[in-house]
Amino acid sequence: MSTSTPSPSGTRLSPHLRQLESESIGILREVVAEFHNPVMLYSIGKDSGVMLHLALKAFYPSKPPFPLLHIDTGWKFRAMIEHRDQISARYGVKLLVHTNPDGLARGINPITSGSQLHTQVMKTEALKQALDKWQFDAAFGGARRDEEKSRAKERIFSFRSAGHVWDPRNQRPELWNLYNTRISQGETIRVFPLSNWTELDIWQYTRAQNIPVVPLYFAAPRPVIERDGQLIMRDDERMALKPGEREQVRMVRFRSLGCYPLSAAIESQAATIDEVIAEMLATRTSERSGRLIDTDEAASMEKKKRDGYF
Amino acid sequence: MTDTSDSAAERKGLLRFLTCGSVDDGKSTLIGRLLYDTQLVLEDQLAALERDSRKHGTTGEDLDLALLVDGLQAEREQGITIDVAYRFFATPRRAFIVADTPGHEQYTRNMATGASNSQAAVILIDARKGVLTQTRRHSYICALLGIKHVVLAINKIDLVDFSGERFHRIVADYLGFAEPLKFASITSIALSARFGDNVIRRSERTAWYEGPTLIEHLEALDVSEELAGKPLRFPVQWVNRPDLDFRGFAGTVASGVVRPGERVVVAESGRESRVERIVTADGDLSEARAGDAVTVTLADDVDVARGDVLAHADARPEVVDQFAAEVLWMSEEPMLPGRSYLMRIGTRYVPARITSLKHKTDVNTLEHIAAKTLGLNEIGACNLSTATPVAFDPYAENRATGAFVLIDRFTNATAGAGMISFGLRRATNIHRQALLVDKSARVRLNGHRPAILWFTGLSGSGKSTIANIVERELHALGAHTYMLDGDNVRHGLNRDLGFTDADRVENIRRVGEVAKLFVDAGAIVLCSFISPFRAERRMVRELVPAEEFIEVFVDTPIEECKRRDPKGLYARALEGKIKNFTGIDSPYEPPEEPEIVLGRSPLAPEEEARRVLEALKARQIIG
Repeated sequence: MSTSTPSPSGTRLSPHLRQLESESIGILREVVAEFHNPVMLYSIGKDSGVMLHLALKAFYPSKPPFPLLHIDTGWKFRAMIEHRDQISARYGVKLLVHTNPDGLARGINPITSGSQLHTQVMKTEALKQALDKWQFDAAFGGARRDEEKSRAKERIFSFRSAGHVWDPRNQRPELWNLYNTRISQGETIRVFPLSNWTELDIWQYTRAQNIPVVPLYFAAPRPVIERDGQLIMRDDERMALKPGEREQVRMVRFRSLGCYPLSAAIESQAATIDEVIAEMLATRTSERSGRLIDTDEAASMEKKKRDGYF
Repeated sequence: MTDTSDSAAERKGLLRFLTCGSVDDGKSTLIGRLLYDTQLVLEDQLAALERDSRKHGTTGEDLDLALLVDGLQAEREQGITIDVAYRFFATPRRAFIVADTPGHEQYTRNMATGASNSQAAVILIDARKGVLTQTRRHSYICALLGIKHVVLAINKIDLVDFSGERFHRIVADYLGFAEPLKFASITSIALSARFGDNVIRRSERTAWYEGPTLIEHLEALDVSEELAGKPLRFPVQWVNRPDLDFRGFAGTVASGVVRPGERVVVAESGRESRVERIVTADGDLSEARAGDAVTVTLADDVDVARGDVLAHADARPEVVDQFAAEVLWMSEEPMLPGRSYLMRIGTRYVPARITSLKHKTDVNTLEHIAAKTLGLNEIGACNLSTATPVAFDPYAENRATGAFVLIDRFTNATAGAGMISFGLRRATNIHRQALLVDKSARVRLNGHRPAILWFTGLSGSGKSTIANIVERELHALGAHTYMLDGDNVRHGLNRDLGFTDADRVENIRRVGEVAKLFVDAGAIVLCSFISPFRAERRMVRELVPAEEFIEVFVDTPIEECKRRDPKGLYARALEGKIKNFTGIDSPYEPPEEPEIVLGRSPLAPEEEARRVLEALKARQIIG
């Protein structure tokens, strides 16, 4: 590809990002062309932001011909929910929100139920409920192959048998860009348009395209407690202080956002996107290390994925 | 322009390469080494690695870098890589995506998957073992999938005392083998993935080696395929129609360059128009080049749909419905010539069948071997025919428009991958002779509508007995009928066929084509065949309009069929004297949605026949 041509995305994109952008747009269009009822999983994070931005580009001048779906565990940071509602209003995209009613009734929560049970019930089960409820046959997810070992082997079009089961031993071979989009009744496909992006690509693209992100990604003085060696921001009163714990204001930010009791902050001075990128290039820990759910047990992500987690 | 100095990826294009080699050649270790030495292994991952190395590692006190890469639980336990994994790393000069592909023999399909999107291949050889059968296999697959640049990574050089003599002997062996594969470049590197020699750091222990380190070579490798310099191919992916005023054709330019004002043709129909605009969310473009995802509008209201290919009028792709291709089989179910598959080529799906398997290729010797089917991981030269003509370029000229996959129509599994060699005859300009006396004229004369009555069921189920009564009654009503069954087909038209799966498929295909001719002549054709496979029954169903195919499933329980055993066949099959007998050692796939089901309750054949006649009346085949 030539470096001197005007790109579909303006002059600010490097050849590398432009190549990733075009690939992702191709994937988004493919799903809309082949499936009856697609949906985009919108988790409010930076990857979802890029994915939504790409969808706005892919179908222009049409609007993205599918709704967004947010699986709300009830424990997201308040700033995330605000951002979600702003984004859906700003872009005029339909937003569906689903919370697992059984989990709510059982009082499942990330603090006393444990992260494993909470994730299983409020995320994995909730997602399956929502996919069944609205009869979606294809769901976009923002997962990237560079995130985690078992994700590195995920297909771009990932086939799920009835019941949303992922069998890593029986994946369809995926050659060229000739995606096999054929499914039978009850089967579904999960599609990962950002498969080949890295965390750095996401931030550089977010900067180049001015994509709005939740302010929690940028450092600010925030009240946090130290629990099990991690910095946790008490986003509301539901999280009780344990004996000896006290809130202290520190300059922190988040690399990865989820349920607030399960998302550890890092100490950082990076208050702008340029500073975040600079910090990332110097840093020596991976983004999921702040995700308390991944360390439950060895190969935990693969187990969750087999169960139907995104 | 913002400051882009913070990333290699922003300055350089991307290199996609795959690694392949035999089990234990050290692929995972090599990739782990690349990640580790380019400092992409982060502190928490390193901690996990130290923990895993103690638990599963094979390197004693050292870190087992392979464990960084081996993702899935199962393969950690077996110690082999079982799937394709994609890895990302960057140096100050270039960003890389690595497809880590398996060395285990049964997973060849995954290697082809990795190769299909790679521009270069790193083929590992264990310096102690030299060129192995699988080295040859992997090199052949790389060549077949159009990879032009090969790096021969002669690994574990530490275990042969850093011997230059050993290195040069392996290189000579390899070059001897690879000569007919016509790679554009083969670069041999002596390295140790475990200790890092000549991976990123130049080794002092191989003073005789004067070539580049692996990373130096990968950073410098020129893989520009100049796709933009090839003829324009724009496969239409999606028609964008937000309102009545806008009709755009969204797609990714597969090759070439397109500009507003240019004359383009729809390759399949030959219709011409002019490019009006190239639309993107960031404004209209003055040109779109290979790889760009855009939306094109045309000046005229020509008929264009998903699957069509736009091209310049003076450099069109071929449009054919028959061509020769190399096919790699990827399914446990063998490829059967004659069976109908779904072909995906470009953005189009089209029913296709393999009309002949010319030979299969022994991937170790590259010898051609006569064959009737292709099994999992086998590669063969085939002729294919598609239900409608498709636009293509030979794969050697254009990877984007010369590749296809074959999908099993029942399981939807991706069953095969193909690379088109050449078209067999031009489908354009061939118009079928328009006949003056056509089917509708014959229907008027006959006074009834034509149909295929397809009786399927086990041997001894009563298919032929019922079909004979139905024919007798139809004849009495004045209908034109004809009976096709094993007795009158197997002794003539299909005398050359036996009872293997491949022959059963061909048998049914021929019967279907003959039945179609009779239907065209206006007759009601009664076909009585065990026809155990759904795919073949569907193949016949699709030959005629939907209302003209009536599947009659004679579902007599197998115990009853065995009890009747009118020809003594079950008895002989059970004694092992007949092979491939349906219901005994060969499967029967019951119809999923037959139009008529008989045989489930003990009715006399006359009664069953009466039910068929009633169904024909209900469907207005007969009055």
